[in-house]
Amino acid sequence: MVDNLIAPAPEARPRAIRKPLLSVDGLVKSYPLHRRGLFRQKVMGEIRAVNDISFRLDEGETLSIVGESGCGKTTAARSILHLVTPTAGAIRLGETDVRATFERDRRPEVLALRRQMQYVFQDPYLSLNPRWSVRQILSEPLRVHGLVPPAQWDGAVEALLERVGLPAEHADRYPHEFSGGQRQRIGIARALAVEPRLLICDEPVSSLDVSVRAQILNLLAELQEELKLSYLYISHDLSSVRFLSNRIAVMYLGNLVEVGEVDEIFARPRHHYTAALISAIPVPDPTHQKPRDAIKGEIPSVVRRPPGCVFHTRCPAALPICSQQAPPLAAPDGSHAFACHNPR
Amino acid sequence: MAGLAAETQAAAAAPRPPEATASPAPVLVSVENLRIQFPPWNAPVRVVEDVSYQVRTGETMGIVGESGSGKTLSSLAILNLLPPPARIAGGRILFEGEDLAAKSQAQMQKLRGRRLAMIFQNPGYSLNPLLTVGAQLAEILKVHEKLPRSAALQRVEELFRLVGITDPGSRLSQYPHEMSGGMKQRVCIARALLCHPALVLADEPTTALDVTIQAQILDLLEELKQRLGMSMIFVTHDMGVVARIADRITVMYAGQVCETGDKQAIFARPSHPYTQALLASTPRIDKSYAVDAQGRRERLPTVGLAATPGQSLGGGCRFAGRCPEAVPECTRLVPQAAAIEPGRSVHCLKRGSAGVPGHG
Repeated sequence: MVDNLIAPAPEARPRAIRKPLLSVDGLVKSYPLHRRGLFRQKVMGEIRAVNDISFRLDEGETLSIVGESGCGKTTAARSILHLVTPTAGAIRLGETDVRATFERDRRPEVLALRRQMQYVFQDPYLSLNPRWSVRQILSEPLRVHGLVPPAQWDGAVEALLERVGLPAEHADRYPHEFSGGQRQRIGIARALAVEPRLLICDEPVSSLDVSVRAQILNLLAELQEELKLSYLYISHDLSSVRFLSNRIAVMYLGNLVEVGEVDEIFARPRHHYTAALISAIPVPDPTHQKPRDAIKGEIPSVVRRPPGCVFHTRCPAALPICSQQAPPLAAPDGSHAFACHNPR
Repeated sequence: MAGLAAETQAAAAAPRPPEATASPAPVLVSVENLRIQFPPWNAPVRVVEDVSYQVRTGETMGIVGESGSGKTLSSLAILNLLPPPARIAGGRILFEGEDLAAKSQAQMQKLRGRRLAMIFQNPGYSLNPLLTVGAQLAEILKVHEKLPRSAALQRVEELFRLVGITDPGSRLSQYPHEMSGGMKQRVCIARALLCHPALVLADEPTTALDVTIQAQILDLLEELKQRLGMSMIFVTHDMGVVARIADRITVMYAGQVCETGDKQAIFARPSHPYTQALLASTPRIDKSYAVDAQGRRERLPTVGLAATPGQSLGGGCRFAGRCPEAVPECTRLVPQAAAIEPGRSVHCLKRGSAGVPGHG
């Protein structure tokens, strides 16, 4: 049902051929909430980090998942790659059933799947082994996946470095010899080593300095065009999202609250949370009229999710029904989906 | 000091816009040729070099720069809170007629928290986890104003109300870990305002917060500024935040000032090549980025930022290595402040700055 609702609108897409690459349907990730007893743990309930989200990502497209800390965007991304095991839902990559493959756990199948989707981590300081040279870091995926005979690793490593804009002669340096931006380039090169179709980028620029950010964002755009990559871009930084995305999915407290084309979402946000999020971003222009949609209060704890619409406790337009019944994610006009009883 | 003189001259010579003549607020803090260095002392690392700026009463000065620009160190120097072994190697910090750079720690102790206050980046680290927030804020009043405990707690409660803490009375007995990040930052703002300081220094006070909470805190600071007429130095790397909160801006790069001036003027007509590059390369939420028929995406302009050499802390203009307009003299001569508009100065040889030979 949701599948056709939140797929991209055909007329809004410039490229000729559009094929769905990743489809996520009803993804749930919950964690048990324990209370430690004297002899055993008692399960008191569950925390729903990701609550029944569905979306589709087309080939060559960037879909951004945006939201504030604790909204479940990173957990959703990690669930897709099975870095955490999802609780429920269907995930398909091309023709492959991702969850079934990981559950069967046959190494060749899992490798073939992981080869198609790779992860770029947020912190380039924590995600590179400090004791490994760049050559080792970049050869490792080649060794694991056995794509290139060992005699050709050196050439492949150098090609990868040049691909991400680093000099090939830096291959024997160690991570501490590089700046944050350069390390993130190495992280991207490592993900590209196995020639994936999908890159899941989890806040790849948020730990970088402003002047380095633009270079990494340009690199991502360039790689996407040349290698026909699809990106699932996870971020709280709406300005980089606006630059890099085709479509945006907004999450709040584990729920998907709005999905649509990037310009449409920024021009006409229908969900009040999306509007508040956009208006909260400071624009580097003092003459910019700041829309006054500021929301009051703070994000409730995931342990005590509000009943009904999760946003009703902070919503400026909440109706009585909002605290009783959760609005479904629906797209009245076909492409722009939102979950709200009283949309803007 | 050259910068200040040039600025004043230009302001006197040019016809002032009518609103500027209405109330020329007095200068509250004047940082003059500030230098901060790290050892080895026989060849010191000059992390802040000849930085000058002024903050007027009731004004918010935004100091913008990336990591390593010296924005935090130059503001910590005002409070004499430089992390050892860094030290002030030259220059003056004039505040209420006194040179703060020449004061002892004991003398500064009397000023800090009373006339000068600080809001730190991470509210979680700057509150004592072992004391209730009421107790640790009341202690400040006990030390500076010799208030008895009950009166102090009452004043803390008033300030909690002022900074928008819900249910301020019961919050007094809470520990920092019982509060959210946004609430802790409100406590820190209340702490800074306890003794009605003349100047508040805020070092990236919203960087650790979520965007909707950041918007609330910026609104709060704006409102407090109006109500209390407080002066603030707001240090940030975010051009968007500074566009919202500041009245005037100082842009810093690698320990040097690039330009200083009114917010409106700097954003409308950035003069220094670094400011221009930074503003051009920042992606914006109010701009639609074009994707052509082949799916090719528009690029962010990175002219002037393309290379990322290790920042030079040597003589000359430190941006010269990345600057698209650099001429050979730029690596040798330190550009001095040149007035380009009333109340606005730039440090760039290509924009009329005088150059003096740098060190090393």
